[in-house]
Amino acid sequence: MTLTMKQPVLPLDEQVEDYGPLYVSHKKVYPQSVRGTFRRIKWALMAFCLGVYYLLPFVRWNRGLGAPSQAVLVDLPNSRFYFFFIELWPQEVYYFTGLLIVAAITLFLMNALGGRIWCGYLCPQTVWTDLFYAVERLIEGDRRERMRKDAERGTMKLQRFAEITLKHSIWLMIAWWTGGAWVLYFNDAPTLVKQLVTFQAPMLAYIWIAILTATTYLLAGFMREQVCVYMCPWPRIQAALTDEWALNVTYKYDRGEKRTSLKKANELRALGETAGDCIDCYQCVAVCPTGIDIRDGAQLDCIQCGLCIDACDSVMKKIGREPRLIGYDNDINIHRRQAGKPPIFRAVRPRTVVYSALIAVVGAIMLYALMTRSLLDVNVLHDRNPVAVRLSDGSIRNAYTVRLLNKRGFDRVIAIDVDGPVNSTVHVVGADSVTQDRPMIVIGRDQTTELRILVTAPSELNPEKSIPIRFRVTDIGLGEAALATDHFVAP
Amino acid sequence: MAEHNDDIDKVSGTATTGHDWDGIKELNTPLPRWWIMTFYACIVWAFGYWVVYPAWPLISSNTTGLFGYSTRADVAVQLANLERIRGDKMVALGKAPLAEIEKDPALLALARARGKTVFGDNCAPCHGSGAAGAKGYPNLNDDDWLWGGTLDQIMQTIEFGARSGHAKAHEGAMLAFGRDGILKRPEIVTVANYVRSLSGLSTSAGYDAAAGGKIFADNCASCHGDAGRGNQELGAPNLTDKIWLYGSDEATLIETITNGRNGVMPAWSDRLDPSTIKALAVYVHSLGGGK
Repeated sequence: MTLTMKQPVLPLDEQVEDYGPLYVSHKKVYPQSVRGTFRRIKWALMAFCLGVYYLLPFVRWNRGLGAPSQAVLVDLPNSRFYFFFIELWPQEVYYFTGLLIVAAITLFLMNALGGRIWCGYLCPQTVWTDLFYAVERLIEGDRRERMRKDAERGTMKLQRFAEITLKHSIWLMIAWWTGGAWVLYFNDAPTLVKQLVTFQAPMLAYIWIAILTATTYLLAGFMREQVCVYMCPWPRIQAALTDEWALNVTYKYDRGEKRTSLKKANELRALGETAGDCIDCYQCVAVCPTGIDIRDGAQLDCIQCGLCIDACDSVMKKIGREPRLIGYDNDINIHRRQAGKPPIFRAVRPRTVVYSALIAVVGAIMLYALMTRSLLDVNVLHDRNPVAVRLSDGSIRNAYTVRLLNKRGFDRVIAIDVDGPVNSTVHVVGADSVTQDRPMIVIGRDQTTELRILVTAPSELNPEKSIPIRFRVTDIGLGEAALATDHFVAP
Repeated sequence: MAEHNDDIDKVSGTATTGHDWDGIKELNTPLPRWWIMTFYACIVWAFGYWVVYPAWPLISSNTTGLFGYSTRADVAVQLANLERIRGDKMVALGKAPLAEIEKDPALLALARARGKTVFGDNCAPCHGSGAAGAKGYPNLNDDDWLWGGTLDQIMQTIEFGARSGHAKAHEGAMLAFGRDGILKRPEIVTVANYVRSLSGLSTSAGYDAAAGGKIFADNCASCHGDAGRGNQELGAPNLTDKIWLYGSDEATLIETITNGRNGVMPAWSDRLDPSTIKALAVYVHSLGGGK
């Protein structure tokens, strides 16, 4: 890591116990613009990620009258999550657990195949920082210009002042839009946009926009690579996940040493000495968004965005040497090439097979669970206090709190069948039906209803101990049914 | 680097802490400056808490802080908010005729939720949190009611109580037949056995059923009825069923007849507002024993 150590001045007696500097000052990075394959991939992925993030709340999805028409919506007040054709209830958050497992293993798989693809191309910190750098470059110029302008800080001209103002204004607008898009996921987007513009949106929306504006502005405008190097745990995790077969952005030192200028290298070669393809032009360092030298080998600070590959390739092209002096490679192949063997790349190996299999299995389980999930459900809670009640004629009554869940988008008539003690009678408090033997109730769409159900066993059939009781609820229209079991006990 | 630090890690070029664990050394990588500044800022920020929030204990109280915050006031605000949110619904509950509430699922749910909370705060000390009662305190889940189990009767009992001293309270007394010398000890034993026989319980040897019947007719039937089925106007319990407020064994019955029983239920009309009492009545009625 290329950091300048700053030694604070301490009194003499404290210097004895001094273990080095307390902090290092920040060395600003000025990444240079670059063209090439990986830069194009990064632009495309940036456009895709930002496009999805900013525009997804406006995608509509028809769920019928009265239901939200937003394709992706986190409806916190009503505790519902909508994702196109899927509607999840709070008790179904385990789908998110499955989703997180799949996401984690997908990251492992990506890492086993191509290193820190997440860090270099997809991480929000990378995407927004890249966007902010693009704005900075557009307004203040490329690396050298920015360095010069920063060095002249003391003598600020009007034009420079205008540049800085413009840059921060655009940054803040992007940051504000980022926060604005965030809140749209939690409310009907077109309605909320109207409210936001007319200052009639809830205070919470403005607060969240302010928070996300601040974090985006600070993290992408100022913290930048500091987030990756100091704050994020993921580089540490990814470092532990990589193996000898994983392709990482690598400087191929097998293409010779020493690294020296083109002219000197030619002289050395003329003298019969060795010289590398690297001409020490420092272009890879100039374009690096974290300001490191990839030639030092794999390192924590390298987010593996591949921009140094593009920079080096353009230089190799100019001096007429093979491109990909820096490229996606691994140590195994460096050693194989040094030994004169052809490089091999092994994408299919136990690690990647296991990861893929896990993704497939967890994905299949989730899909199966989602497809076969019941849209009618019943939960039963036996009264605990009192557990059982003896009535004046000696019969025994148990009470149950029964919650019915209708996850469909329309009202339904549900019949309740109780299979418990012989000759018992069933009474639903407050919802007497015409057919006393088979109580029926109506549940509104997308709702739950709590019922109090009393089951009374006649005295001559007093159960001696607890006997099982089953509550079966049936949608009399669709025939869909759900079952819950509990116990009937004597006092 | 400071002169003491000749212990530089060769690979990274970073100073080590100088500690050595079987040849393994710890790099002393310095924090970035913004990090340490954030740390100092947090310390400064922490002092702010002392100033704006309650922080320092004093002899009899504590510093209140500039914001004047207290958790107690927070709860009061939340309760007030709850009342405001429920406001319209509680008004609707107050206006709805008692008999209609159970037919409206929304009103029933509100009444039960409200009733359960109020029951826990006010009624549970005697009747138990599940209204299962105890000796001398009726079980409100069953179908045996001293003062009647219809919605109106339950509400009346809650409003004015029994023997509570309220002008509209239920009145009616179980006399102390033994203590006041109305009946002699052998007569009490006989009538106690007669009462047991009314609900099919065993009687002791040598008990004179005819005598018991006569004592019952002369002394008890005026309130409990000729057949012992009780009278809810007077709060006289039904003696023929399976439910006994104080117990059905001979000794308990002798005790009851000798000294009388006059349990008290307080009047709640002065302490709870009408719609709350209504909710409470619906809740008790919905426990299962309501008529």
